[in-house]
Amino acid sequence: MNEHVIHRVRDLPSAHLLGAGTAMCAGCGGLGALHQVYDVLGEKTVFVNAAGCMTLLANYPFTPFKGSWLYTAMASAPAGAQGVRDALDVLLAQGRLPPAEDLAPVVLTGDGSAYGMGLSATSAAIERGLDFLYLCYDNEGYGNTGQQSSGATPHAARTATSAGGRGHPGFKKDLFAIWAAHAPAYVATVIGAEPLDLARKVETAIGLKGPRLILALAPCPTGWDFEPAALVDVGRLAVNTGIFPLKEYRDGRITHTRIPRPRLPVEAYLSTQGRFAHLFSPRRDDAAIAAIQAQVDRYWQGVA
Amino acid sequence: MTRRLLTGNAAAAWGARLAGVDYVPAFPITPQTEIIETLARWFDGGEMRGRLTMLESEHSMVTAAAAAAATGVRVFTATSSQGLLYAMEMIHAVPGWRVPFVLANVSRGLATPITLEPDHNDVLAARDSGFLQIHCASCQEVHDSVLIAYRLAEDARVRLPVIVNLDGFYLSFTREPVEVADPAAARAFLPPFTGRGIEFRASRPVSQAAAVLGGSQYSYFRYETHLAALQALPAYAEIAAAFAEAFGRHHPAVEAYRSDDAEFVFVMIGSFATKARDAVDRLREAGARVGLVRPRLLRPFPAADLRRHLLGKRGIAVIDQNLSFGKGGVLHAELASVLYGEPGAPLLASFIGGLGGRDFAPEEFYEMIDVTRRAADSGRAPEPRLLYTAGELREMRKLQAIAAVERHEDGAGKP
Ligand SMILES: Cc1ncc(C[n+]2csc(CCOP(=O)(O)OP(=O)(O)O)c2C)c(N)n1
Ligand code: SF4
Ligand SMILES: [Mg+2]
Repeated sequence: MNEHVIHRVRDLPSAHLLGAGTAMCAGCGGLGALHQVYDVLGEKTVFVNAAGCMTLLANYPFTPFKGSWLYTAMASAPAGAQGVRDALDVLLAQGRLPPAEDLAPVVLTGDGSAYGMGLSATSAAIERGLDFLYLCYDNEGYGNTGQQSSGATPHAARTATSAGGRGHPGFKKDLFAIWAAHAPAYVATVIGAEPLDLARKVETAIGLKGPRLILALAPCPTGWDFEPAALVDVGRLAVNTGIFPLKEYRDGRITHTRIPRPRLPVEAYLSTQGRFAHLFSPRRDDAAIAAIQAQVDRYWQGVA
Repeated sequence: MTRRLLTGNAAAAWGARLAGVDYVPAFPITPQTEIIETLARWFDGGEMRGRLTMLESEHSMVTAAAAAAATGVRVFTATSSQGLLYAMEMIHAVPGWRVPFVLANVSRGLATPITLEPDHNDVLAARDSGFLQIHCASCQEVHDSVLIAYRLAEDARVRLPVIVNLDGFYLSFTREPVEVADPAAARAFLPPFTGRGIEFRASRPVSQAAAVLGGSQYSYFRYETHLAALQALPAYAEIAAAFAEAFGRHHPAVEAYRSDDAEFVFVMIGSFATKARDAVDRLREAGARVGLVRPRLLRPFPAADLRRHLLGKRGIAVIDQNLSFGKGGVLHAELASVLYGEPGAPLLASFIGGLGGRDFAPEEFYEMIDVTRRAADSGRAPEPRLLYTAGELREMRKLQAIAAVERHEDGAGKP
């Protein structure tokens, strides 16, 4: 059986399901990814949200969603999905809910929640085998509060709390590996700049049961300091420099869905964003750029 | 109806079982754990239909409870002390979702220092959350209050979650004879939950707990929750009357014991109020006109009932089993706020006691009435008193002496 109906770009939905006119910034990569994911998921969903930029999507009395929405808190969106799923299961089992009225709970959070405050709730939801989809839009910082460093902030990036000459001293946490270590049904990285890859992965995720993560790198003009119009370029460079590997985990195996060839030097990506400007001016920091390059090279050597 | 010897925890579990609860998100904490273990056994054994899910924290547990309630099933959960505080973000958030469910809190003193024994600082931390609060003094009341709490939470005028509070150890682990309701009678009193529009359904999308822009909209929804909580006063009176009719036991919002002709009255909540009740009997035997007034409902605050019972008395000994540091007893302040300026307002004397399960000696109750009487005679309210005897202080000094010796020896033994 072929689980995909999306094979080519022209198979992608042509009109967006998610309404326009939201409070998100122009060129928001997170919103772009959400549009594409929602088009595939459809409206028989309840988005269970944690505190972050996307919380302002549902703003009384307006919502861009055709389906349902439940805001919880920064730490406990997966537990909200658990409550909804458990309740629906109980109703279905007792014949109190026609199957056509069933819904899919979709957790929607930023990286701050997914990598940090909500990680305990996430880990437990996976371990319980909760049948849910988790969509994390990763803008690599606490965007809603002004882009402070989070567990997802990459090394050397300047943030509101790492504004010094060297940027963020830490290294981005590997959420893909953390999820995969739980042996869930599915884990995939996606980016809005690669819509076909994204849509096929969401399609795969829908066809599976159990805990599933769609981890979307979400270029953020406001927090990363680039022009909104450059959104797609920044996204493509994240993939083509190998900084953001597109991959999926399924049945214990990791597959890379796009191996960048040739792999562009990382500075092609870093130099597009103000948050890395200190690596290039007033003096070029060759050592720091080389260290980032070496880390990316090491990753892809491991992929072979 | 069958009479059984039940702990307060078992009585709470029976209440949930008879309420036909569909879903229990759970997390263990002493002295609450017996409740969820009992329910887990009943779900496993098929005595209850539905599901119990172990969460990884109380914050998640309360999130899951409210999310399930918002999906349209009947939900029960339970916690205590640190667990209630760990969930506090959600305790304040979910009443605004306007979905009904019941949470049993088994009161236990908060850290620091760590203790397992009861006082009410835990549940009073939830006072301003929007959860309604029913405080129980016996295991029978726990059983009955869970059933009453569902009717109240689900009442169309109310639609708020309810905490049923029972004191750790003194109720949770104490076996008392409890009339367990006949399942059919319980069902007649509390028909199965149908959601009545509270639901997530594919064909009827809803947005729950959305953001608002600005203080005006925000205030509107906050006022709505407040007005709903106030609606719970008449709703409670009706429900308690219906309960009395069905089961023959009346649980008014405020229980008054021998207070009608009393000059002086104790005001207290929870199981320790039964100690005050004994003291009332003794004082009456000695000729003193003393009574007890015990609010069962703490939110909404039954102001009118309290005024009715207390205006015209000479003095009130308010006994707080909690302590707001730098202020005093919470109940005392609440009571003062509804009596002040009323004609016939009695003098209020404030006493703090029973922290961490510290017991009350009968003589302490007599002394409290003495203090209150002298204050009423002089017309001046006394400073709040922290109950602590010379004997207790002597014991504490002994422990401190031991601690000093231990520290000294430890220190001396090290380079
Ligand atoms: C318990 C709690 N602490 C802090 C906040 C403040 N807060 C709101 S959004 C946010 C950042 C969330 O970051 P992330 O999950 O990455 O989402 P983003 O804002 O980047 O979209 C923070 C810290 C909060 N809402 N709740
Ligand atoms: S701060 Fe970034 S993630 Fe948040 S709305 Fe703006 S562009 Fe999107
Ligand atoms: Mg973020």
